Amino acid sequence: MGMTITEKILAKAAGKACLGPGDNVWVKVDILLTHDVCGPGTIGVFHREFGANARVWNPSGVVIIPDHYIFTADQKAHRNVDTLRSFVKQQGLPYFYDPGTRTYKGVCHVALPEEGHVRPGEVIFGTDSHTCTHGALGAFATGIGNTDAGFILGTGKLLIKVPKTLRFRIEGTIPEYLMAKDIILRIIGDIGFDGASYCAMEFTGEAIRRLSIEERMTICNMAIEAGGKNGIIEPDDKTFAYVQQRSRKPFEAIYGDGNSRVESERVYDAATLEPCVAEPHVPSNYATARSRREVKLDRAYIGSCTGGKLTDFLAAARILRGRKVTIPTFLVPATTEVAEGLIREEIHGKSLVQIFADAGCEDIAPPSCAACLGGPEDTYGRTRSNEAVISTTNRNFPGRMGSKQSRIYLASPLTVAASAVAGHIEDPRDYL
Amino acid sequence: MKTIRGKVYVVRDDIDTDQIIPAQYLNLVPTIPEEYAKLGSYALCGLPDEYPAFVAQGQAKGLYPIIIAGRNFGCGSSREHAPIALGAAGVKAVIAESYARIFFRNAVATGELYPFETPNRLCDNLKTGDEVEIDISASNFKVIGTGAVYPLQELGAVAPVVEAGGIFAYARKSGIIG
Ligand code: SF4
Repeated sequence: MGMTITEKILAKAAGKACLGPGDNVWVKVDILLTHDVCGPGTIGVFHREFGANARVWNPSGVVIIPDHYIFTADQKAHRNVDTLRSFVKQQGLPYFYDPGTRTYKGVCHVALPEEGHVRPGEVIFGTDSHTCTHGALGAFATGIGNTDAGFILGTGKLLIKVPKTLRFRIEGTIPEYLMAKDIILRIIGDIGFDGASYCAMEFTGEAIRRLSIEERMTICNMAIEAGGKNGIIEPDDKTFAYVQQRSRKPFEAIYGDGNSRVESERVYDAATLEPCVAEPHVPSNYATARSRREVKLDRAYIGSCTGGKLTDFLAAARILRGRKVTIPTFLVPATTEVAEGLIREEIHGKSLVQIFADAGCEDIAPPSCAACLGGPEDTYGRTRSNEAVISTTNRNFPGRMGSKQSRIYLASPLTVAASAVAGHIEDPRDYL
Repeated sequence: MKTIRGKVYVVRDDIDTDQIIPAQYLNLVPTIPEEYAKLGSYALCGLPDEYPAFVAQGQAKGLYPIIIAGRNFGCGSSREHAPIALGAAGVKAVIAESYARIFFRNAVATGELYPFETPNRLCDNLKTGDEVEIDISASNFKVIGTGAVYPLQELGAVAPVVEAGGIFAYARKSGIIG
């Protein structure tokens, strides 16, 4: 019996010729990612368990990208970044993207591939549930807690259960009004918020192959919103072009076998999918955008690991060019590379920065997670009361963007931009 | 016979980690003892306002060693702060219809609490304040007021890990690591 791409990557990392869903195996870890929220606790576990003088298993396997609480006066947040700094120094870690320096990047899941730390066929763990993003480049990647991460720091290994695979085949061409966010929100709406619990979500088909790497990241990023262990897309020429621009390290691309067995397969035709939203308070609360035009909005938000990439801002700018927003519209580029892109990229001779300013958006924030997860009181874009927010982020739980009373509608950057102009939920089709 | 007895706190489906420990408290580091205790005092404070407070204002711990939940408890972020906040607030066990994968694993890895699963939809039958007794070895629990006994799914290999106090303690005890 053949194996899926997820099974084959895990088999290689476990040194086994074959394995299947449900097997518990020790895998060798290529990359451990951590950030300012979970890094200090992970370091605490590492020293408590392996001793004050312990050394990490492989300094170049550890990547530390502070991103959550950066632009805040909160003293503990600063202390936490200091804890990372002294650990990096003590251990001689080469990959640390330090706030306040030229190496600072921003949101870890966009920064990790940008900086060349994601390669096809590798095994990546991160102390953040959206680590599943990196399956977009054909790697096995999943989120873990501090204790497991502390174990990896000391040993470079982790015991994991091989997930079953759910396959999603998206065929056809992608209409200009449809984005990756619409595809993944529809899938989550169909299978439910726990519809992929403990499973790998494999995305395949012609429409997936047509997507850019950034759009593929948007899809894999939200596998966790259906409870998935990992999201994954087989690598292709686009993947190799992206990776080879950013990493010199050799890698071995891994593909599923033709006769691999999956738990279920769903097929979609991209041409029939619609711009949509996820209504409060779970990402599986699917509705088409046009069926929710009566929902009045108080603000719009474009940012985060799933919705703050350059392609997301380019999409929003297509709609905002020559128009005005009617509600406060907050913009947070995920990384410094994205922020530079906003200055560099132009549509009809106008930079994205200029387009957003002319449209009346709020001043663009420096790159970080910002209000995607609420954060400390002084966080840019944080909700304060019962605002209705339309957002390109990935979670609409109660209180996720700050106030428990606020209501969050998740949507693609096109839908968010059209809604920011309309002041209510709007289908972007009429704006393109 | 190992048992856990006490009052239950009842929640419903899809209780995510932002409700268990809201993001503004993630600046606290769980391996620092005072901050571990602080996390406990904020446990479940992100629940919608119709829920009663889990930990009373000014208190370090709650009155409820057992949480009864519906489906998909602990969904959302991978923050280990979530099972830790519950453990620090005095929770010894959660009984849910199902868990999000990372929460279940973190609960076991940290040894903070027993994540029991039950085939019954107890969040409709029990109310906050009811007293129950869990019998870990028999994999069931009894509602003290009515005498009703409900089955729990066997924890299997997970039970000794939680009992030891987490994966590191367990791995040392059983000789997996030095
Ligand atoms: S941008 Fe949001 S979802 Fe992404 S890592 Fe930051 S807090 Fe998490």
